[in-house]
Amino acid sequence: MKRPRIGVFKFTSCDGCQLTILNMEDEILDILELFDIAYFREATDKPLRGQFDISIVEGSISTDWQKEDIVDIRERSRHLITIGACATSGGLQALRNWASLSSYKKHVYPSPDMITALSTSTPISDHVYVDYELWGCPINKDALSETLISFLIGKRPGIPRYSLCMECKRHGIPCILVSNGEPCLGPITKAGCGALCTSFERPCYGCFGPKDDANIESLMRYFHNLGLTQKDCISLLDKMNSYAYRKVRIEGSK
Amino acid sequence: MTKAKIKKDHLKLIFDRLKTSHRIIGPKVEGNVIVLAEIADLRDIPAGCKEQQGRGTYRLGKNSSQLSVASSQIFSFSVGPDSFKRFMSPPVRENFAFKKSKKGISISQNSSQVREISTAFIGMRACDIAALRLLDKVFLEGPVKDAGYDSLRRNSLIVGINCLYPGDNCFCSSMDTGPVIRDGFDMAVTELDDSFLLEIGTVRGREILNGLPIDEVSDKDLSEKVSKIEKCKKMIKKSIKVSELPWLIYRNLEHPRWADVAGRCLACGNCTQVCPTCFCNSSYDNLQLSGISKKLPELSGARIRTWDSCFSTNFARVHGGNFRPSRRARYRQWMSHKLAYWIDQFGSPGCVGCGRCITWCPVGIDITQELEALHAR
Ligand code: SF4
Ligand code: SF4
Ligand code: SF4
Ligand code: SF4
Repeated sequence: MKRPRIGVFKFTSCDGCQLTILNMEDEILDILELFDIAYFREATDKPLRGQFDISIVEGSISTDWQKEDIVDIRERSRHLITIGACATSGGLQALRNWASLSSYKKHVYPSPDMITALSTSTPISDHVYVDYELWGCPINKDALSETLISFLIGKRPGIPRYSLCMECKRHGIPCILVSNGEPCLGPITKAGCGALCTSFERPCYGCFGPKDDANIESLMRYFHNLGLTQKDCISLLDKMNSYAYRKVRIEGSK
Repeated sequence: MTKAKIKKDHLKLIFDRLKTSHRIIGPKVEGNVIVLAEIADLRDIPAGCKEQQGRGTYRLGKNSSQLSVASSQIFSFSVGPDSFKRFMSPPVRENFAFKKSKKGISISQNSSQVREISTAFIGMRACDIAALRLLDKVFLEGPVKDAGYDSLRRNSLIVGINCLYPGDNCFCSSMDTGPVIRDGFDMAVTELDDSFLLEIGTVRGREILNGLPIDEVSDKDLSEKVSKIEKCKKMIKKSIKVSELPWLIYRNLEHPRWADVAGRCLACGNCTQVCPTCFCNSSYDNLQLSGISKKLPELSGARIRTWDSCFSTNFARVHGGNFRPSRRARYRQWMSHKLAYWIDQFGSPGCVGCGRCITWCPVGIDITQELEALHAR
């Protein structure tokens, strides 16, 4: 078997998801044996060259030139997989989609004039066709290896699309929303993290993004009844997957 | 001997006796909730605790006097989110491991998965026992026996507790499954004012008492049991009219209420996970990169079975998609299966009235109310 060529690419992001790949200590040798890592700036200095069987893309599109680069990467790729909240939903930086870029720039940078950026941060799928998305901030490494395996043997990756609550219940974690009135986003969020926060009695804040068919409005109504203001409710959603939650919420209320 | 009585502090003797030969599963506090877990000491049981359950809420009270429970009462609490399904049909289970090569596929059963150690389930309620008998129909009485369930079930000892203080969402009396335990137990316990009344269901149940200091049961004890259970029945607030099933549902499959509940339902699946009779599961092949050889198709892995739910969009996915794409269709499927199709499929409703789905629904959807609403034109 000729080893499939993998390229790992980065747009606007914190590199945490790429680090997840490097942190796959138990699997990294197997990956190198099964795949040809042909481009991965975080790990090697191999130049960008040729076509890829799988491109793994981290980060959101937030500048003009990124819009062109992602089209180039798509053209070089047989399969394109996006990883992480930035690439799948625009990331934390997509909070600027609901505000004015110039006011953000003024608050963050000493010389705002030097910053060229789009007024929005958007997911890769808003720009090119994406074959598969791995959500999470950061992604779960088991989901990445499941995806790579699925590619090798030609099956659909078994990555959950149901709610985090399902994972919580499997682990037998007492529900903090029902037993303590904590505003937990689990019922509208994809499983996949292994119920990390809730196992420490912390409410889920949605780093795996909206689950399939998420009924955000109903949960927000319920939080409102618990005593949260509309503003509190929105700020629960306005984290690294703000763009996705807000989009699903608007589509759901149509 | 089919009945006996022990002093309240002699419960420990039974517990210690069981502990020598069994893993003991029973009620225990975790977080702010009474869950079911392995218990090492009788003191793990939250004696005197009482919870308040509402639609989508559960609050554990540690002080029985505030919560109108007799102060000497040990089993004052009701059911929590866990049911005994967690142990009989575990949420994640390895069915087998496999190895595929050019020569074919070889399959091996992981023997440690099939627990041969006996488990004593203590504190099972009438509804829980009824639910287990429904799971028996599903897993044991169909054309193929579920071997894992079968061995766990055969190695289990059931010590039931008659409910004297129902949960706020209980409706077993209308489903004819409780609150009194009628059958399906090795030992059934009723907590009287100053003793435990023990009813023996099987030889194994009787053996537990061998050599322990037991007392004769008097008519007064028996009438105390009856009056306590009558009192419990009066405290049950919810009900379903079983006589209207399944037709109330079949006649109303296009009722506007389904769209209404779909507006509230999160399709989160909590109701199905806490339900003691929901048995749906999915299987997938767990492969590790290390199990894949460069010389494909050589690979090895394991077939894993996990709880699933009709609320997941992937659950009823077939070629081309899920044939129940909307929340309306999926909620209707869940409730109709529980309260209508089960009757055709297994001869009784699939709901035992434990109320767990009402308490643990994050937005408090109440199956008894949703059914009642189908009456409205
Ligand atoms: S704690 Fe959160 S994620 Fe877990 S079951 Fe409750 S609502 Fe769902
Ligand atoms: S449907 Fe609800 S009340 Fe009925 S058995 Fe299941 S969890 Fe209990
Ligand atoms: S439904 Fe009935 S048997 Fe079950 S816990 Fe409630 S009162 Fe007890
Ligand atoms: S009825 Fe409640 S618990 Fe069940 S899926 Fe809908 S929101 Fe979740």
